Amino acid sequence: MNDIIKPENLVYSKPRLMNDNPMHYCPGCSHGVVHKLIAEVIDEMGMEENTIGIAPVGCAVFAYNYIDIDWEEAAHGRAPAIATAIKRLNPDKMVFTYQGDGDLAAIGTAETIHACNRGENIVIVFINNAIYGMTGGQMAPTTLEGMVTSTCPYGRNVELYGYPLKISDLVAKLDGACYVTRQSVETAATVKKAKKALRHAFENSMAKKGASLVEFVSTCVSGWKMSPENANKWLQENMFAKYPLGDLKNV
Amino acid sequence: MAEEVKLMKGNEAIAHAAIRYGADGYFGYPITPQSEIMETLMEEKPWETTGMVVLQAESEVAAINMVYGGAGSGKAVMTSSSSPGISLKQEGISYLAGAELPALIVNVMRGGPGLGTIQPSQADYFQTVKGGGHGDYRLITLAPASVQEMADFVKLGFNLAFKYRNPAIILADGIIGQMMEKVVLPPFQPRLTDEQIRAARPWAATGKTKNRKRNVITSLELDPARMEENNIRFQAKYREIEKNEVRYEEIGCENADYLIVAFGSMARICQKAQELARAEGINVGVLRPITLWPFPSEIISHYADKVKSMISVELNAGQMVEDVRLAVNGRVKVEHFGRLGGIVPTPDEVVNAIKEKLL
Amino acid sequence: MKEEIIIAGFGGQGVLSMGKILAYSGLMENKEVTWMPSYGPEQRGGTANVTVILSDERISSPVLNAFDTAIILNQPSLEKFESKVKPGGTLIYDGYGIHHAPARTDINIYCIDAMDAATEMQNAKAFNMLVLGGLLKIKPIVTLDSVLKGLKKSLPERHHHLIPMNEQAILKGMELIRKI
Repeated sequence: MNDIIKPENLVYSKPRLMNDNPMHYCPGCSHGVVHKLIAEVIDEMGMEENTIGIAPVGCAVFAYNYIDIDWEEAAHGRAPAIATAIKRLNPDKMVFTYQGDGDLAAIGTAETIHACNRGENIVIVFINNAIYGMTGGQMAPTTLEGMVTSTCPYGRNVELYGYPLKISDLVAKLDGACYVTRQSVETAATVKKAKKALRHAFENSMAKKGASLVEFVSTCVSGWKMSPENANKWLQENMFAKYPLGDLKNV
Repeated sequence: MAEEVKLMKGNEAIAHAAIRYGADGYFGYPITPQSEIMETLMEEKPWETTGMVVLQAESEVAAINMVYGGAGSGKAVMTSSSSPGISLKQEGISYLAGAELPALIVNVMRGGPGLGTIQPSQADYFQTVKGGGHGDYRLITLAPASVQEMADFVKLGFNLAFKYRNPAIILADGIIGQMMEKVVLPPFQPRLTDEQIRAARPWAATGKTKNRKRNVITSLELDPARMEENNIRFQAKYREIEKNEVRYEEIGCENADYLIVAFGSMARICQKAQELARAEGINVGVLRPITLWPFPSEIISHYADKVKSMISVELNAGQMVEDVRLAVNGRVKVEHFGRLGGIVPTPDEVVNAIKEKLL
Repeated sequence: MKEEIIIAGFGGQGVLSMGKILAYSGLMENKEVTWMPSYGPEQRGGTANVTVILSDERISSPVLNAFDTAIILNQPSLEKFESKVKPGGTLIYDGYGIHHAPARTDINIYCIDAMDAATEMQNAKAFNMLVLGGLLKIKPIVTLDSVLKGLKKSLPERHHHLIPMNEQAILKGMELIRKI
């Protein structure tokens, strides 16, 4: 055993900026992976002392418990406004928001659109799992047509509740947004790609190129009522059709 | 150097005073009758001189959250609006109080409810001093009665906000905002450097350095036992503010038979009413609360034993009168006189109200 | 010394700026001043008015029941403010804007044909300065020198070349005003 535990044999370690607080996320949730990628990118960029994160209202409300940097906790949907002020008042800092689909694409639509349209030099990390996780699985603006949630128990009827909102497509149209991309973290390959996208977004913000939005098309095992494995499968079969992966804008 | 006397509107005075105080940021959204605040800031371009950030937000909601963000990073930031816009800001104000963030808010009140009118009102008294947003919190409330006080209360408001890590509000109205008077602006003081902010405000989210734990600006605490502890801490702070920060002005109250209690523009009108009443042999004093919270209950209580009766004169249907009655606790009669919805009474009307209700 | 003045007319007649110039003139003489406008959409074409108080002592209320002097530039304003002039006070009106002359006998009434004169001068902007000249002739509450200094103070530098024209209009107004 002692022969195996040697530095040269190390293939994986917890990112240095992830602390030891036990995570409240459900097993199989995408949040944990995305947190890890953010922690790695900040560390690799050497920006630990210069990064301020803005946590949302939703499942990621406690994001500040896990990544060991300074944080501000936002009111529901307001993270881009908060990020705007922090970045403008502290232009040397690296500022990002971390928001879910309810937070970013429903109650915070105005803040999202306007922060991006102003070309704020911030990163918006957007977790789209098509459901309200924290409050117990209600319909989100991104909920797919026919998808069952606790507030559309017979499936989302677009005639009653409108269509799944592709907010990244909207943001991509804005002159102030420099980089809009859709990523996922359900396989090792996509995780690797997603990390590159995050790094690019953070670098944009420090290069004053404008707003970058990285959407993670994600799972919600509890809200979807699926095993992690089935959730990943359902993600690939259903979510990607409506929210195809790839760059929507990269200037 | 001799002080330079300027002539300007109350709204303009707020803007100049903010630049001179060394405010780091202003975030606002246009609404009558206070738009001159942001217009003056934009005209003055302080980002080229002091480095102050001035931003027109997409809504009042965004503006107050920008204030939250900036305050959380240790900066001296402010917003301004008028009644309907201040209603929109209530969520953010509650979060500021809950996260114990210092910030300055300006409300140049207009008549409500709803979209109401754009004319002067004081009907946001309850909203300001009794809560407004959710939860047990208090706003340090300064009520200017002149353009000079509009200028002076910017610094006072910021100082109190930082002293107690609590939002402070300047509660003015359309008269004080739109009126021009002489004003001596405060001297320029430099904005704090990032190093000074780190030293003076070690709680702020300024980027986690190796020698400290991470700073998290939040009002969230899901454990009710710890949330109660937080609330007890807030309440202790509020008692401290009540002990230390009561401000008021007594105008001819000594030996008065009757006492008018009035704040802001209404206190000015009541001073004229006082002159007119005295000319008719009615000996009236005017007590002007300068802080509406903390409320000058003690001095009002003191006069309860000296005057025959009191009247609270307000541009509303009777709001501050409740606090006057609490202070007096039934010892003398306390009446109310007010005009509603943006109508401002003349001094004569106040004299008539005194005659009708007090004599 | 204390003078409580209301200036009232249509938006666009220079009501508020005339008040402002009076206030600045008072400032030049170290007087206490308040300038309290009606504000909002009424500035744009409706009736506009401004209360100006000049005093040697601290000014209490910017809102008044009655005025020492009323400067009335249109009919609706006359109807609103004629009764608010203190007995023995002064009412000045523009002959062009008023169709039914004021009726009170316990106040001093003056007329100035400022609109006609401004038209003659082909300078609509001179209108309020003509009226101001009339006021200063009847009630020299501030000196012409203070008015010119006040103009310099209140106008942006790019408009300073207009000050001589304003001075001429004030002097002309002093000639035009007549007692009714």
